[in-house]
Amino acid sequence: MQVGAGPYWVKGRARGWTGLPSFGHMTSPVCTRTHIDPRGPRVGASITSLVLVAAIVLISTPVGVGLVAWQTLVFGLGAVVGLHAQPYGIVYRTLIQPRLARPSVLEDAAGPRFAQAVGFTMLVIALVAEVAGLTLAATIVLALALAAAFLNAAFGLCLGCEMRLVGLRVLSR
Amino acid sequence: MIGALVVVAVLVACGIGGLIFRRRDGRVRKTDEQQTPLAEYLRGRLGSNATVVQFSSAFCQPCRATRRVLEEVTVMVPGVSHVEIDAEENLELVRALDVRRTPTVLFLGPSGEVHHRASGQPRKVDVIAALGRVMDASGDVSI
Repeated sequence: MQVGAGPYWVKGRARGWTGLPSFGHMTSPVCTRTHIDPRGPRVGASITSLVLVAAIVLISTPVGVGLVAWQTLVFGLGAVVGLHAQPYGIVYRTLIQPRLARPSVLEDAAGPRFAQAVGFTMLVIALVAEVAGLTLAATIVLALALAAAFLNAAFGLCLGCEMRLVGLRVLSR
Repeated sequence: MIGALVVVAVLVACGIGGLIFRRRDGRVRKTDEQQTPLAEYLRGRLGSNATVVQFSSAFCQPCRATRRVLEEVTVMVPGVSHVEIDAEENLELVRALDVRRTPTVLFLGPSGEVHHRASGQPRKVDVIAALGRVMDASGDVSI
């Protein structure tokens, strides 16, 4: 890791922009769009947990529906466009990451992006159920999404990633 | 009201589940698997004293950190090799060895039998200890 060899921080500001979107903040030479700071998804999962707690408590109120719609959009951006477009990731990179030390290891972006897709699927189901007046179904799906987000935020356990290998084992039999 | 109860129930259940997960994650367990397809798969790549096999996948955060720990240790100990296997491309092996998570680390003796295993990222001291026990078990250590 060499200062001057690529993008680096000076007093928390990214300089030496190479044209790589968003992940250019990071200093490591292996930093690309395919590898991210693993602390980003943890912070994102914390914000997601708070949003989902509010969405469950306020379920079937206009604010509750609005929160589910917002979270659906957030997951959709992360899954379809990419992690660089995920709003909570942008919050992390602009407000939090510049105040932290460099990450000691980078994480493959494929895992978190897969998790975003799982979250997106769940939130779409919850949104449709809530709008259709199926409050119980919406609550159950949101509770499962909260469980996954909370486990990731508090313990760094990515439930979607853990399920993937088990799923592949079963499906390819 | 029901919403608040649901939130509390989910957070308590996941808090307990997460603590249990953290206790078990990366713990090196003793096992005794003599006949595995690994000996065949690793033919020519087995270390003379021991082999550390790591199952990894792209969808795995701790795999890189685990690789670093295993490389640090295996470089230090003579006759020990470190082999990384992509779990998603070797599902036959994954099933045969009952690998459920990545990373899963297996500690093999000189003829490819599995002595210890860990699912999750093992600590460096546990890796060193497990290697020591593998080499003790096979007795005739050639350094």
